[in-house]
Amino acid sequence: MGKAHVYRRDHINTDEIIPARYLNTDEEEELARHCMEDLDAGFVEKAGEGDVIVAGDDFGCGSSREHAVWAIRGAKVRTVIARSFARIFYRNAINCGFYLIESNEAVERINDGDEVEIDFEAGLIKDKTSGIEISFSPLPDFALEIIGDGGLLEHVKKEMQGN
Amino acid sequence: MAMTITEKILARAAGKQSVRSGELVDAAIDVVMCHDVTTPPAISMLIEKGIDRVFDAEKIVVTPDHFQPAKDVKSAELHRRLDEWARRHRIKHYYRLGRAGVCHALLPEQGHIRPGEVIVGGDSHTCTYGAFAAFSTGIGSTDLAAAIATGRLWFKVPASIKIVLKGSLGPGVYSKDVILAVIGRIGTDGALYRAMEFSGPALADMSMEARMTITNMAIEAGAKNGIIGFDDTTENYLNEHLRDNKDYTVYESDEDAEYAAIEEFDCCEIEPMVALPHLPSGGVPVGQCSGRRMDQAYIGSCTNGRIEDLRIAAGIMKGKKVAIRTLIVPATPTIWKQAKDEGLFDVFYDAECVVAAPTCGACLGGFMGVLAAGEKCVSTTNRNFVGRMGHPESEVYLASPATAAASAIEGKLADAREVV
Ligand code: SF4
Repeated sequence: MGKAHVYRRDHINTDEIIPARYLNTDEEEELARHCMEDLDAGFVEKAGEGDVIVAGDDFGCGSSREHAVWAIRGAKVRTVIARSFARIFYRNAINCGFYLIESNEAVERINDGDEVEIDFEAGLIKDKTSGIEISFSPLPDFALEIIGDGGLLEHVKKEMQGN
Repeated sequence: MAMTITEKILARAAGKQSVRSGELVDAAIDVVMCHDVTTPPAISMLIEKGIDRVFDAEKIVVTPDHFQPAKDVKSAELHRRLDEWARRHRIKHYYRLGRAGVCHALLPEQGHIRPGEVIVGGDSHTCTYGAFAAFSTGIGSTDLAAAIATGRLWFKVPASIKIVLKGSLGPGVYSKDVILAVIGRIGTDGALYRAMEFSGPALADMSMEARMTITNMAIEAGAKNGIIGFDDTTENYLNEHLRDNKDYTVYESDEDAEYAAIEEFDCCEIEPMVALPHLPSGGVPVGQCSGRRMDQAYIGSCTNGRIEDLRIAAGIMKGKKVAIRTLIVPATPTIWKQAKDEGLFDVFYDAECVVAAPTCGACLGGFMGVLAAGEKCVSTTNRNFVGRMGHPESEVYLASPATAAASAIEGKLADAREVV
C-alpha cells in the first residue's frame, strides 16, 4: 500500500522527471534524489515506499533517458498510473521490469494523497481512502514475459542460454 | 500485400515477406549509435549480467557528445567508461575528442547511414536518420544493451501517418518552420507510437540537411520514427558521404499502403515559426510573438547545427552586431572546419558571438550556455520543456537559424525577413 501523488496534467516529460543537468551520473540513488524535481520540488520529500504517481496523457515524453525510470524506481515508487505513456518511456519501463498501468478511470477518480493498493495479478486498484475499486487491463503478454523474467536483459540471457 | 516503407524495412529486418502494423517483430539491427549519457549504463548492465560482448564491432558507432569535452568529474567518469569499453571491444567507428560530434549530425556526415537499414541509438532523436529512407528509432539503455550484445530487438510495427508537404516554402521560411507548424497542428502526441512518413513536393527542394531537421523532430510529435523517401538528393548525398560500404536497398511505400491518417500542409502558407515555452507544439508565426525580449540566442544542436544552418545565420549577421549573448555551436568537427574555411567564424566574431567546439552542451542544459532563473533563450534546438536549458524558471523559444540570428541582432524575437 502507498500514497497517490496525482498530477492531473498531460505531457509530463523526462526533463521534468529527471532534469538533464543530473545526467552526468547513472547512479539510481543519486538520480532518485532529483526525481520530479522540475515539476514538484517537494516530491522526493513526500514520496515513500510503495507510492504511486498518477498523471494524464503522454507521461514520460521527450528523451530516451532510462534515467527517468530509474529515478522513479529509485524513489521507491511502485508504479505510474497514467492515461497514456510516451513510447520510449513505456518501452524502457518494461525493459527494466517496471510495471506501468494505463487507466482513464484511475486518473479521474484517485485523489492526491489517497491510500492505494494495487493487485497486479487481478488487475485491480483499490483506493482505500475513497473505497472505490478500479480494474485495469494488464500489460500485453510479451511485456509480462519480459517483466516476469526480471527485465529485458535477463530475458535475452535466458534466450541466449536456451539456444 | 501493400506496405508502407516502414513496414517493408521492418519486414526485411525480421526476415519476413510482409508485416502489418501492430505486429511484434524481432528485427536485426544494422547500426547501433552510442553516446556518453545512455551507453555507460548499458555497458554496466552488460557487465553485471555477464554478457559483456558486442554483436559486431563494425556496426556500432560511438561518439561522446552530450558532455563532451567532459564538463565535470562525473561526466569524465562517463567518458572513461565509454572509452574503456570501446577500446576493449575494438569498436571500429569510435570518434574521440577532435573527431567526436553531435551524434545525429555526425553519423550521416561520416557515412554510417544507409537507406533500407534499421538503425537504433540510445537517444530519442535517433529518428533523424529516417531522412535517408531508413527505419531509425531512439531507445533507452536496456534496449541499447540488448542491441549491443545481440544485434536484435523487438519492435511493434508502427502504423504510419502520412504528412504531405504541398507547395513550396516562401522566402525566409525553412524546414524548421515546417516541422514546427506540423507539430503545432498535430500536437506532441499526435503521432504517438506511429511512423511519420513525410512526402510531397516541398521536400524535393530541400537538402538532406534541411530534411534531417524535419525527421529529427518526429519524436516531438511522439513518433517512433520519421521517414522520407529516397530521391536524387538522397543519392547525391550518399555518393559523397558513404565510404567503405556503398550498397543499399531502396524501399518505397506502395501506392495503396494503409495510413492511420493523412495530414496535408500547404507550405506556401507556412510562416517563420517560434515554438513558445514549454512544448515543441507551441508554435506560432513569428509575427505573433516578435518583440519579446531575449537574453540569449543559441544556434547549434542535432536539429540545426549543420553547415547550411551556420551559413544562414552568418548571412543574416554579416556586418552587424548581436544585442544579446549568442552561442554558435557547429555540430561536428567537419562542420566546424567548413565554417572556419568559409569565413563564417569571422562573421560571427565581428558580430560578437562566441563559437564553441562541437557538443550538445547547452541544448540539454548541460554546460556552455546554461540559463539563469527568468532568462529567455531563442534556440535552434528541438525541445523547450521546463528547465531544458537551465533553471526551471528559464524559457526556451524554438526557431530556425534565421529567426535565431535575427533575434540575436535585435535582442528580441524578430522576423528575419524584416532585419535588413
Ligand atoms: S543536440 Fe540536443 S537534442 Fe540533439 S542529441 Fe544533443 S542533447 Fe539531444
